[in-house]
Order: sequence, then C-alpha cells, then structure tokens
Amino acid sequence: MTPSKPVPAYLGEVEKRTKRDPSRTKRGKTQWPQTIVTLTAILALVVFALWGGLNPVLLAASIMVAAMPLLLAALGEMVVEKSGVLNLGVEGMMIIGAIAGFAIAVETGSPLLGLVAAAVAGAALSLIFGVLTQVLLANQVATGLALTLFGLGLSALIGQPYSGIKPPAFPRLNIPFLSDLPVIGPILLNHDLLMYITFALLALTWWFLYRARHGLILRSVGENHDAAHALGYNVIVIRLMAIAFGGACAGLGGAALSLIRVPQWTEGMTAGAGWIALAIVVFGAWRPGRVALGAFLFGGVTVLQLNLQAAGLTPLWLLVLGLLLFAVNSTAKSLAESTPAHTRAMIPLWIATLIMGMIATTYPISIQTQYLSMTPYLCTIVVLVVMSADRLRANLNAPASLGRTFHRTG
Amino acid sequence: MSALLSIRGLTKAYPGVLANSDIRFEVAAGEIHAILGENGAGKSTLVKTIYGLVTPDHGEMYLDGKAFEPRGPQQARAAGVSMVFQHFSLFEALTVAENIALGMAKPPKAADLGRQIRDIANAYGLSVDPDRLVGELSAGERQRVEITRCLLQNPRILIMDEPTSVLTPQEVQTLFATLRRLSDQGVAILYISHKLDEIRSLCHHATILRSGRVVGACRPAEKTTRQLAEMMIGLELTRPLPRLFTPGEAVMTLRDLTVPAETPFGTTLKRINLSLRTGEVLGIAGVAGNGQDELMRVLSGETRVPRECMIFDGRQMGHRGPTYRRIAGLLSAPEERLGHAAAADMSLADNAFLTGRQRQRLAYRGFLRTTSTTNFARAIITRFDVRTPGTDTPARALSGGNLQKFVIGREILQRPKVLVVNQPTWGVDAHAAATIRTALRDLAANGTGVLIISQDLDELMEIADTFSVLESGTLTAPQRTGSLTIDEIGLMMGGSTQEAPNAVA
Repeated sequence: MTPSKPVPAYLGEVEKRTKRDPSRTKRGKTQWPQTIVTLTAILALVVFALWGGLNPVLLAASIMVAAMPLLLAALGEMVVEKSGVLNLGVEGMMIIGAIAGFAIAVETGSPLLGLVAAAVAGAALSLIFGVLTQVLLANQVATGLALTLFGLGLSALIGQPYSGIKPPAFPRLNIPFLSDLPVIGPILLNHDLLMYITFALLALTWWFLYRARHGLILRSVGENHDAAHALGYNVIVIRLMAIAFGGACAGLGGAALSLIRVPQWTEGMTAGAGWIALAIVVFGAWRPGRVALGAFLFGGVTVLQLNLQAAGLTPLWLLVLGLLLFAVNSTAKSLAESTPAHTRAMIPLWIATLIMGMIATTYPISIQTQYLSMTPYLCTIVVLVVMSADRLRANLNAPASLGRTFHRTG
Repeated sequence: MSALLSIRGLTKAYPGVLANSDIRFEVAAGEIHAILGENGAGKSTLVKTIYGLVTPDHGEMYLDGKAFEPRGPQQARAAGVSMVFQHFSLFEALTVAENIALGMAKPPKAADLGRQIRDIANAYGLSVDPDRLVGELSAGERQRVEITRCLLQNPRILIMDEPTSVLTPQEVQTLFATLRRLSDQGVAILYISHKLDEIRSLCHHATILRSGRVVGACRPAEKTTRQLAEMMIGLELTRPLPRLFTPGEAVMTLRDLTVPAETPFGTTLKRINLSLRTGEVLGIAGVAGNGQDELMRVLSGETRVPRECMIFDGRQMGHRGPTYRRIAGLLSAPEERLGHAAAADMSLADNAFLTGRQRQRLAYRGFLRTTSTTNFARAIITRFDVRTPGTDTPARALSGGNLQKFVIGREILQRPKVLVVNQPTWGVDAHAAATIRTALRDLAANGTGVLIISQDLDELMEIADTFSVLESGTLTAPQRTGSLTIDEIGLMMGGSTQEAPNAVA
C-alpha cells in the first residue's frame, strides 16, 4: 500500500497530470507525407507527359480547365460538410446547374446570365434537400441519393431541345502583358471569367472558415450541434444557408462543364463528376487548400488519360505509378512517424516499383481505351479506400456531427 | 436581502410529462442556491427555462423586479444569466479561445480575447490556456473553460448543472473555492445537483424538486444528508450490507493489453494488467474519458485484441467476438442504455433475445422460440421489478432506471461466469440504483466475477471488494476497498501515483 502523499488539492498539480498525451492529437503533424504523395503523383504525370511528347504548358492549362468544375463542386460540398450535413446529391445539383446554365446562356445569349442561373438552380435544388433533411428530419444519405436521381432525370427533360447546340462563348479575359508571360501566362492568366471566380471563391472560403466569426459558428455547428444550439445558435438556419451555398457552387461547377469545358449539352454529361467531388472533399480532409490540390490531381488524371493514350503510354505504366505512390507514402510515413509497418513495407515496395518499371519498358502492351477511361473512377475508389484505412487521421478533421440529424428538443 | 431572481408559478409540460409544475422560489444576490432532486425531477428543464432554451407554458420570472422573458440564450446572457452545462457545451476540435468566442455576443479580437481569458482565469485561480484544443483537455479543465466563458460576461446569475459529476474530489474542492469567491462578489449561483454532501457544504438555501413540483425548501447545512435524501426521494433508503469477501480462482485475466486509440480524441489503453477472481466485485474508478469506453469494448469483444492478451476461464479469448464470449460465459452490459445495451424501438422481448439467444437457447435451427423469449423477458421483469406494461413495450418507452434494471437483469439471469458492467447506475433514480447494486452483490456472492466500471466513487466504495483506477489509459494495481480514503483515490484519479503499489492478496 502506498502511503498517500500530502499533495494539496491545488489546481496546477492535478491539471498537469490529467492532461492527455498532446502529441497524439496535435493537428497537421501527420499531414505532410500525404502532401508529398500528391506532389509525387503530379510530378510523375508531368514526366510521363513530357516523355510522351506533349506540350506541358498546354497540358497544364487544360488540366486547370478540367479541374475547375470539380473544384467548385468540392468546395461547396466541403462547406456543407463543415456545417455537419452530408449532401450526396452533388451530382444532381451539378447537372441541374449544367442544363440551367446552358439553357439560359443559349436563350439570352449571355454566358454570364447562364452562370447566375446555374448557381440559382443548384441552390434551389439543394434547398429541397435542405428542407427535407433539416426541417422534416429525413435521412441525409437517402435524400442525397434521391436528389441525384431527381437532378439527372429533370435535367434530361429540360435539356431535350438543347442537345447539339453550341453555347455562346465566354469572353476570354486577357490581362494585358501578364497573359503574354511565358509559361505562367497560358497556364494561369488566360482563362474564362469563371476560373477567376473559382479562385476567388477558394480564397474567400478559406478566409470565411478560418478567419471570420460566422465561419467559426458554421464549424461549431458541424462539430457539435447540440452545444451550438445550447449556446443559442440556430443550427437549422445555419445549415440551410450552408446547403444553399453548396448547391450554388455545384451548380456553377455544372455550368463550367456545359459552358466551358465541353462545351455543349449531352444528357448525363457530368458522368460522375459529382461523386468525384465528394471523394475530393474526403481526400482534402475538409481543408480548402488540400481540396484544391485534390481537384487538380483528379482533373489531371482526367485530362492525362486522354492525352496519354495518344502519347502511347501503356497501362502497365499506371501500375508502376501506383506502386511508386505506395512506396513514396511508406517512405514518407516511416520518416515522419517511424511506424514500423511502413518501414518494413518500404523496401519491397521500391523493388516492386523498379521491377514493374522494367517490365513496362520491355513489354509495351496496349489496352483498349475504355479501360483507360476508367482511371479517374479507379483513382476515386483507391483514394477513398486508402483514406478510410487510416481512420484516426481521417476523423481528425472530419466534422464530428457529420451526417447526424439534429433534433431540437425543449 | 431583496430577491435578484424570483420565479413564480413556472409550468412546462411535454407530451405525457409535466416537467415543471407551479415552481416558485427566490434567489438573492450572492446566494448559492441548490436545486435538489432526482433524475427526472425537472431540474434541467427549470434551469433551461431560466437560460432561455425552453419557453415556459405559464408563469413569470422577475430579474431585479422586472419581468424577465428570455427568448433565447443570447438574451439571457445579455441580461446577466450564464450557464455551465452538465454535458459540456464545448467543441472538441476547436481551441479554447474559439470556444469562448462562440459563447460571447461580441467577442473582441483574437489577441485581446486571449489576454482577457488569461486575466480572468488568473484572477479566479483557474488555469486555462486559450490556444489548446478542447479535445486535449481533461474534464476538469473543460469545466474551467466553461466557467471562464461565463465569467467573461460578468454574469449576475451563474447556473451550474451537475458540475461535479465528472470531477475528481480535488477538482471539486477547487470548484467550490471559485464558487464561494463569486458568491462573495455578489453573483447568485444556482447549483443543480443530487449529491447531498456537496450541497450541505456549499449551498445557503435549497429548493427540493420531485416529479416537477417543489416539495420543500430548507437550509441544507441544518439538515442531515439522510433527511435531505428522504425529502428528495420521498421514501427511506436501504443500503446493501457489507459482506465477507472470499475470492476464488482467477477467471478472467488481461495481460499487457495495449490498444491504440480509434478516434482522434479517444484514449490509448497502455499495458493493462488485470485479474478478476470468482466471487470478486472489482471496481474500476476514473474520470470519464480515461479509457473506460475503450476497456469496455475490449472486454465485451467489440474490439478484438491479440488472442494471448485476454484469458478467460483458462482459454485465450482476445480474438473472439461478443457471441463466442457470451457462449463461454463472459457477459457485459455497456454504459449507453438506448442504442448500445438495448435497441430503442424493439420490444423488451426482442431485446431479451438479443443477448440471451445463445445461453438461454432462444433460437432453434434459425427460428425464434417466441414463447421462451417472452418467458425470459417476463422473468427479468418480475425478478428485477421492472415497471412496464408488458414484454411488448419498446425499450424506448421505459424510464432510465427501469430500462437499466432490465438491461442488467437480462445479463444476471443468464448466470454469467463473469459480468462486466459500465456505469450501472448512471442517471438512475436512487431506488433503482439500490436494486441494481444489491443484485450485483448477490451475483458475486454466488461465485460470479463482477467487474464494474464506474465514475461514481461512492458506489464503488459501497459495493466493490477491490478496485483499480483507470487514468489516461493505464490501470493501477488493485487495492482492497476500505484501505484508502476518498481523498487518496481522488489523487490516483488525477494520476499522482505513478509507481504501482503492491497488490492485495
């Protein structure tokens, strides 16, 4: 039996001891390995592109355009999820935005009015979801799925007369001198207005979430809606506003597809972009900068799978790339956290990458293009699997009330 | 003294329940006023009304003689009413400063706020670091954050809803010192609790509630704990008698059990060693969030561990799931009654089937044996005095105490070799609590090893033969109950005994 020490019941004493291990919960600590993996992926794709004789500057510019719809939709969904709502209807809101934007742009001849219409249509559709889930307390997952089906069907109906038409072109915003700069000019400063709006939205979202009081309130609602309610915040109104913002962003993303990226209207033209946007939010760990990075990565994959076929890249190289990413991931993790599992896996992974690379150079097997078209979707699945495998980290940034129904009592 | 706050005829009805009925009392400036009552007596509804979260059906409130009708917490705060919640209204993933800013109408700039937090915290001897994440803080620290948030708004009335349920005894003393100081400065404090000793030592006046009505008022210091208790529950209490403890063979052993945390703010279990003998009631004390839930999941089989980490009845069982463990005789009743121990919308009979299927043979070749299941449920209801219309009642319809009796009784009737329970009497009225404690003691007397995880030290002192303390995921060596005082255990809960004391024989 240990005699008790006559420690006075003094604050500091007890406090020091009841503290949990702070290193475990510190934010951002384990995030750099993931950033390195992402950068490696981008770098590898650039190397492939150069090797295949593609113009990297033009390629980068087209990646920007391909990433724009994803970035818009993902950014909106991120804000929605930050408020604690899981809206799986991104695909439906995007395609409604795509047709609404397209139709209004064609009818009025003004692409700008088209953008406004797309945002309004997306927000309107999202508010159906908002009223159902927030006011009538419907299940969020089921309602979100229904919203996607509804959006796809409704857009097909509205879009019937519009297939095969060319929309009015956006005026290209060329900034004198700056747009003529080599490399940077064509990549960053020679785009449509919507691209600049997208970047402004990205910056604004970051500022709102992490610098503005209302952003703090929004995050608090997503973190613990009961506590936010107890402090006197109107959880339902805040969530409805976040949902409407997410819908407007998804609508804009859809318009970016139908008015800029493609540009024309075809039924079901989003082809899963909304689902990829949802994956990007998870990939980006609910942080604006990383969500943007994810959007460019996925946009890059989409563009490259088209170009790389032309450049004569065999699918075996994609396996090499996959292995390379796993190897880089293990190395970065074993350096960052000295996790024994990663250290053990590191060397076999590098060897496998090398062997696979040699096989790929010796046997240039070609493959049907349909399989290459799968790559963006395969990447989505792989990313979701990898992210979900590490539950601890995935949960750290995820809003704690995500997907939970708020039921006001008392 | 004139009344700062006076409540006249406050009434609030919910469908089927009269939560508050014609409540009246007065609180003077600088007074510490206890609202005393059992769970479900209407204390929380009453203070939520004062804080503007609940709109009363009838009745008036006067603050300083003027009518006071807050239409939301913001208005109540503006009028000088602040509240510290029972389940803290804090956001784990945000910093202390952000949490405090959320509770203010017009927060100053970040840098100013940080300085203000430090100033006010130092002035009252509360140490609070504005830049830390709340998720990293202990329960006591979180409460200091809440109190600081209230103090920053210069409250005239501070409401404390069950503030001590998650604190170590030392933290309780610190809290009381702060509250007395506030009272000296003229702040009125409404103190909600059902812990009688605390109220006797702290409060000037007490209003006693039962079933939503005021049943008495007194000066708590002039009454004995027993008198207060009887005013509160309206009948006499029985306590189980101490019994002789003759431990048998070890029936369940944990060896060097280490389980990493599953969630960002979860607890990692570190090298836990534990041995439970037949006929022993082993209590595991500790402040919430120190690994209780994680340990419970390991014992019930929801979290699988390496097979050699857990030995039950001579067999390695770490890798086995709950069903296998049930068949072997290791039963458990988790803390959360609705949703974890029982399925809310299923009938009591169905709930009885859920854990009794194997040991009570309630299924035959994939088919339900409905008669046996109903009989089993009826046996639980009769044996443990569960107040319910019948076995078809959904679990949701039962009160906390009745459902808890059902959940614990369901395991006890299956004659387990080891029963693990987490917080068996949390949120349960005193009468049901006494029934459950007696049943657990009787079970141990018949040779079952009983492991009780609880935050209620008084409960463990009353029914456990031996106990250990779980702190930051580590478990102390077992001590014989009665060999230590509450104060010494409190220090262990704060983690002050680093070296492992000798185990009892």
